[in-house]
Amino acid sequence: MAHSSARGRLIAVIGDEDTCTGFLMGGIGEVNRHRQPNFLVVDKATSIAEIEDGFKALVTRDDIAIILINQHIAEMIRHIIDVYTQPIPAVLEIPSKEHPYDPAKDSILRRARGMFSAEDLR
Amino acid sequence: MSGKDRINVFPSRMAMTIMKARLKGAQKGHSLLKKKADALTLRFRLILKRIIETKTTMGEVMKEAAFSLAEAKFATGDFTHMVLQNVSKAQVKVRSKKDNVAGVSLPVFEQYQDGTDTYELTGLSRGGQQIDKLKKNYAKAVELLVELASLQTSFVTLDEVIKITNRRVNAIEHVIIPRIEKTLAYITTELDEREREEFYRLKKIQEKKKILKDQAEKKKKKLQAEGLMTDSQPNLLDNEEDTDLLFTD
Repeated sequence: MAHSSARGRLIAVIGDEDTCTGFLMGGIGEVNRHRQPNFLVVDKATSIAEIEDGFKALVTRDDIAIILINQHIAEMIRHIIDVYTQPIPAVLEIPSKEHPYDPAKDSILRRARGMFSAEDLR
Repeated sequence: MSGKDRINVFPSRMAMTIMKARLKGAQKGHSLLKKKADALTLRFRLILKRIIETKTTMGEVMKEAAFSLAEAKFATGDFTHMVLQNVSKAQVKVRSKKDNVAGVSLPVFEQYQDGTDTYELTGLSRGGQQIDKLKKNYAKAVELLVELASLQTSFVTLDEVIKITNRRVNAIEHVIIPRIEKTLAYITTELDEREREEFYRLKKIQEKKKILKDQAEKKKKKLQAEGLMTDSQPNLLDNEEDTDLLFTD
């Protein structure tokens, strides 16, 4: 692969305010030279188009290895996430404070369900 | 179907040898690919199991992290804006290494600390302990998520590779091997046919020769009967008077 493995790569977050704050406190936030942050705070005022654009921008950046996205936000742009099949950056769906994690909605686990029986998923 | 679905070769013994070698190669390749597919599937199932385990753990860790955030907020007051605005350099980064499974390189993420904590002074006035706990909890979450991400990346990559390998196995099994076998059968029938033709031709020639011989025999007999030709040859050793040719007196 063309990526340089020596250089450290970033973890990006798309999430609500609390999730972003938490992960930034965890030390993953970075603003690059073009003043582009590696996180996107989604609140009530954020439109779906904005999330889509943010997601696409993060996916095309080559310094990002992992994208964390709140599951309820992933639900909003599910059509894009389902189409996205590249291994890097990896898109991970995480639970948020208000929305507990539902394995049935996860793109990856939905693909995995075909190969595993129901009790394995529990 | 059977006429079309074969390799276009001239039916000769050499072509048959080549085809046999190719058939052997295809069978070897098939068994190797099948082994590879099995190894990949084994790994794939292992990864899938671990993904499911990690995903359930992640739910708990995230819950704890969110709870500690609420605690910190309660103790410190709302510091979210301050955190969101004061982003500079990432402290936690990931490095990707390669893991090799049956010739497929899988990326494995590995996180490492780089630089200092940007939010060293957050919660200096009050709630420092909660902030500390919050940082620890989220660091734990990040660690888990990095692990999950590498599992998931391996999952996606392996899924793709397994599909390709299975496609190849099936292609060899159902297209390439039958085609070579058909070609071999074609060459064999064609060679047999030629052998039969050759045999027939030899028989025919023998027959013709026999007829010719019979005819010659008959003619000879006829001449003998008419007295124009005798069986007896003049004997060289008999002491007959020979007239000299050169020294005639």
